[in-house]
Amino acid sequence: MPDLIAKPALGHAPLTLAGTTLTEEPQARITAIAPFPGQTDAVARALGMAFPAPGQVVESGGRSLVWAGRDIAFLIGDAPTVALAASVTDQSDAWVTLALRGPQAVAALARLVSLDLRRVQAGQCFRTGLNHMPLVLIVEDADRFRLMTFRSMAQTAWHEVQDALEKVAARAALTA
Amino acid sequence: MRLTCPFCGPRDRREFHYYGAADYLNRPGPEAAASAWDDYLHNRDNPAGVTQDLWYHEQGCAAWLKVTRNTVTHEILAVDAVAGGAA
Ligand SMILES: [Zn+2]
Repeated sequence: MPDLIAKPALGHAPLTLAGTTLTEEPQARITAIAPFPGQTDAVARALGMAFPAPGQVVESGGRSLVWAGRDIAFLIGDAPTVALAASVTDQSDAWVTLALRGPQAVAALARLVSLDLRRVQAGQCFRTGLNHMPLVLIVEDADRFRLMTFRSMAQTAWHEVQDALEKVAARAALTA
Repeated sequence: MRLTCPFCGPRDRREFHYYGAADYLNRPGPEAAASAWDDYLHNRDNPAGVTQDLWYHEQGCAAWLKVTRNTVTHEILAVDAVAGGAA
């Protein structure tokens, strides 16, 4: 196996506007786990983690299991070391993860995501859209979010969030 | 318009893809008469009132959903997951 060099999707420096920072997160190991029918509990036992209910993130031992759709979750962190009664695929290279953290994060995302994010809590996640792009939105806290979209769309996703952040910052400057 | 996905909660219409009448859930057996296949593939009611159709939560959980709605009032009466037999 050749020794490949991992490269970030963008390599952009963090961008801070209106006290809110957009960053490209380090690439993590992402393993999609789709339990075979009736095997969800067995998969959870083998992983030593509860299988997340819709819209939930389960954290354990430095890994998170993020609900990613009907009967599928993404294990973020070390790959499973045991056989699972599930379809298991390494999707690490397929996604880019951005983070948006700060007081204007919700206002910026309101321009891109058709969900009311004003009352969200840590441990929630949403499968939705970032404008026209697919999005897994992970809530770290009320004003801290991780945004996963397809790596091939990384540049567009960054541009869209930057654009929203610039407009929110311009409005904040007017009303300051 | 919003649909309340049984997995994701209330979501904007643009997250969904419309497929067609819920008649597609009732596929005839392989030996069914030609008339049954004709009904399945082509013949649809066009009710002024309650109807059922299939929607795909494309920009969400990727579940197929059976939506019961009223074509006159635009009320959404039920949204059920097709997989698992709830629909
Ligand atoms: Zn859904």
